[in-house]
Amino acid sequence: MSETFHAPTRSFSLRRMFAMVRRYWYLLRGSWPRIIELMYWPTIQMIMWGFITLHLRDTSTWVAEAAGVLLTAVLLWDILFRGQLGYTLSFLEELYSRNLGQLFVSPLRPIEMVAALMTISLLRTLIGILPAALLAIPLFAWNIFTIGLPLLAFFFLLLIMGWAVGMIVTALLLRVGLGGESLAWFIIFLLVPVSAVYYPVDVLPVWLQWVAFAMPPVYVFEGMRAVLFDGIFRWDYFGAAVALNIAYLGLGAATFLWSFHVARKRGLLLAGGE
Amino acid sequence: MLRTPTVKVEHLTKQFGTVTAVDDISFEIARGSCVGLLGGNGAGKTTTIAMIMGLLLPTKGRVTVLGEDMGTHRFRVLPRINFSSPYMELPHRLTIAENLAIYAELYEIPDPKTRIAELAETLELVPLLTRASGKLSAGQKTRVGLAKSLLNNPEFLALDEPTASLDPDTADRIRGYLENFRAETGGSILLASHNMAEVERLCDDVLMMRAGKIVDRGAPAELIGRYGRHTLEEVFLDIARASSSDSTPPAQAAQ
Repeated sequence: MSETFHAPTRSFSLRRMFAMVRRYWYLLRGSWPRIIELMYWPTIQMIMWGFITLHLRDTSTWVAEAAGVLLTAVLLWDILFRGQLGYTLSFLEELYSRNLGQLFVSPLRPIEMVAALMTISLLRTLIGILPAALLAIPLFAWNIFTIGLPLLAFFFLLLIMGWAVGMIVTALLLRVGLGGESLAWFIIFLLVPVSAVYYPVDVLPVWLQWVAFAMPPVYVFEGMRAVLFDGIFRWDYFGAAVALNIAYLGLGAATFLWSFHVARKRGLLLAGGE
Repeated sequence: MLRTPTVKVEHLTKQFGTVTAVDDISFEIARGSCVGLLGGNGAGKTTTIAMIMGLLLPTKGRVTVLGEDMGTHRFRVLPRINFSSPYMELPHRLTIAENLAIYAELYEIPDPKTRIAELAETLELVPLLTRASGKLSAGQKTRVGLAKSLLNNPEFLALDEPTASLDPDTADRIRGYLENFRAETGGSILLASHNMAEVERLCDDVLMMRAGKIVDRGAPAELIGRYGRHTLEEVFLDIARASSSDSTPPAQAAQ
């Protein structure tokens, strides 16, 4: 009788998690149009807002005071958007290939898949944003990296919020299948008006400000403006964003795990498609 | 001392809304045996396998695999079992080698390259390793699916229609691989199939399902004798065409 490979039972295995990262990386690497697409929109957005900045610089004192405010805002917004999209689109690959059933008869745990989706989302976001950020230096004389360490904080705060939204979207996709594919693209835009991306939060009506302050992105974008206009890092905003991110990440994880449980009850892991 | 069965199914029931897909079934799969699950379309075969593998939660009942309750300790068992179905695919754009390498990592195989090379040799996949999964024929896909399901040398292998839509030559080869798997590893197999000749050749025991219930069971020769037929296919037709309102096995009803 030949040897049976009997992997140890661990509640979280880095090897299994990186197997999934490798899988998503192979999928990405194997399609140059997808890689181009990752870089394409952030770059186009950056160029468009760069020209808007050039136009407004002469007419708006607000923009003139901190020339890179709009460019920084658009690049930071793309971190949130790409973070969510990178997470969700990688999950959609499993639905396209009707592969969930195969994966979940293996020892892969849902939480390992979530960790793999986060990792690939980080990679996809970096691939998408870095070229745009670097191109802004020669094109519009704006170097976002001069923000320094606060930029790192903003990056991870937005990425984590993107993951939280991604988990909720994938939970919905588990329920409705590929029929809900477009959720991956539009749900995140619900956050734009209340995130105060391009304008200060006090522009919003008071009741909407309350909604805004219940979301982490508003603290990031207000914090960004504090750095650019006043040269200060708002630790109070940072603390609020961290606390809210923890809450939203927990909510996202709970929603995904609940949806996974429902999928096992209804046989949706076998169906996979529409 | 009696050996724990590989699979023990007790009063397993699955309801989807008002539809009862699997209705209070119980059976065991002994260590090293091959059990066939036969039944027409919608008889409950795939639902039963999905519950055994933990992909689907039962409404009622209990599944124990290799001594572990699948409801509570599924992850203790999953590294030791595997599943193949032509209805679940591998990502089309990845090559066979990439797909197998990823699953070898998921099963935490100690030496993945050697194991994949062994299986590629056995299942005649070597020339296909660099080809994308989406560019394979049905027979090649089945062999790749089988390679994936043998990666961890499972103690229990569930197969859902492993030779569906294959030509007779390829189907015969697949049956040969499965015979070798049993002979070499002593692993147990649960085989859902519509191919009666396949079940007669591979299985020690057969469970006949209709409308979610097990309506008869026994060794292929025993069932053929009991129904007074010449082949398992004739037995299958007797059972499948029997009135669903008549719970008496057709052979007994005819007497």
